[in-house]
Amino acid sequence: MTDLLLKAFTKEVWDIIIPAIWETVYMTIVSTTITTFFGLLFGIVLLITDKHGLHPIPLFNKVFGSIINAVLSLPSMVVIILALPIAKLIVGITYGPKACIISLTVVCIPIFSRLVENSILEVSKGKIEAAKAMGASNIDIIFKVMLPEALPTLIRNFVVLTITLISITAIAGSFGAGGLGDIAVRYGYHRFRSDILIAAVLVLLVSVNLLQLFGALLARKILKKRHLI
Amino acid sequence: MLPPSFIELKDVYKKFYIYNKEFEVLKGINLEIQKGDIFGIVGFSGAGKSTLIRCINRLEIISSGTIRIGKYEINKLSKKELSLYRQKIGIIFQHFNLLDSRTVFGNVAFPLEVAKKSKKEIQERVSEILELVDIADKKDFYPGQLSGGQKQRAGIARALANNPDILLSDEATSALDPVSQLSVLDLLKDINKKLGLTIILITHSLDVIRHACNNMAVLENGIIVEKGSVKEIFVNPKSDTAKVFIKINTDLSISKYVEGDVI
Ligand SMILES: Nc1ncnc2c1ncn2[C@@H]1O[C@H](COP(=O)(O)OP(=O)(O)OP(=O)(O)O)[C@@H](O)[C@H]1O
Ligand SMILES: [Mg+2]
Repeated sequence: MTDLLLKAFTKEVWDIIIPAIWETVYMTIVSTTITTFFGLLFGIVLLITDKHGLHPIPLFNKVFGSIINAVLSLPSMVVIILALPIAKLIVGITYGPKACIISLTVVCIPIFSRLVENSILEVSKGKIEAAKAMGASNIDIIFKVMLPEALPTLIRNFVVLTITLISITAIAGSFGAGGLGDIAVRYGYHRFRSDILIAAVLVLLVSVNLLQLFGALLARKILKKRHLI
Repeated sequence: MLPPSFIELKDVYKKFYIYNKEFEVLKGINLEIQKGDIFGIVGFSGAGKSTLIRCINRLEIISSGTIRIGKYEINKLSKKELSLYRQKIGIIFQHFNLLDSRTVFGNVAFPLEVAKKSKKEIQERVSEILELVDIADKKDFYPGQLSGGQKQRAGIARALANNPDILLSDEATSALDPVSQLSVLDLLKDINKKLGLTIILITHSLDVIRHACNNMAVLENGIIVEKGSVKEIFVNPKSDTAKVFIKINTDLSISKYVEGDVI
């Protein structure tokens, strides 16, 4: 066992791992950026078009909410497969990191949309009403009340999103996307290279924990600054 | 923007529907409030006082009747007009409703930002108003760092920041100690005198009414059972609510409390 652990730190292993780390970092950063944008947008749209929202459009809200739920209810694997035609449409191919990013975002946008919606739902009705009573427009309310008030929760959920994305890249790895997940499956599982599997898992473990820690610290810092904890 | 404020409610009904069951909360309110009035509204819990002032700035939409401010009928205002209208009506909430993400300064600046004032104007106006409500030293504090009374002052500063024509106050002074309560009431009276601000005060305390208001109305189960000058009503209360309020009030204030025989 210690043997195996030691082998996981040899140069040969890390020559394989390090490029994979960069692939994972690249895919995570790009897909997180895209998902964050659309997740915020869709989350806010879901929230304000609700029957009791700032700008109720109940029918649209029902339909949109159902679509989000439908994607959420499917296993990630199925969504990735279903998203391949979309990837083909946008980047022209159905394999490799770019196509993978599209699939990843399709899986994660619905998740993040709901997380955003729930974060903002926690902002008290009274604050939103106070803004309304001062003549604030819906745009004012979204950008000056909802988002800043929900910021600490949003940051925590953003970390959840990033971690989810990292873990799903592993699944997407099976479609030739590359990255740590791909390495773990390809070498570790198919070729019984436990050393490489261990190294990949270690890197994933450490980075996910660091992210979690960083997110929690940042959220805490904001809450501290506002004297809410 | 707003013409001289003269608030007029005519046959105002407000119904809520909960699971298709109808609850009538305001049942034909008729009320006239003159410009420059400090108008008190009293009534028991659940009488509909908060609902009434929420209808005035259209946080609730009335089921029937009309509410006029000056020549504007508020339920006919377009979205744009409504926003401008609301900018000129300050409201102080019982539960403060300050933004935790902003300092006292930022909270008081909010209505000015909404009204698209320049940075410089905002800076000046906020400093001035914080001075006025006596929390200038708390300018950079977050609401989480303030006491209840300080939060209420910040709420009052926010309500007054954009020089409103009307101030709505839903038990704004109930979170304050008696001394602060008096000083805030005096402040409101002062602004009323200097700027002709029309104030509607909801309160459970007759002391507040006696100290600050010239006219008042008594609300009972969604109906105005009595209205008139404060003096008249205190000397000669007609409605049960007013009688009970005044009796409890005087009983408490002369401590007529015999052991084992609670009023
Ligand atoms: N959004 C709502 N939906 C249904 N019923 C409501 C709603 N808001 C208020 N009510 C009802 O209207 C009645 C009057 O409420 P309101 O808050 O106006 O009373 P109030 O006179 O301000 O009481 P208090 O002195 O306790 O603040 C209550 O019975 C309440 O349950
Ligand atoms: Mg109330």
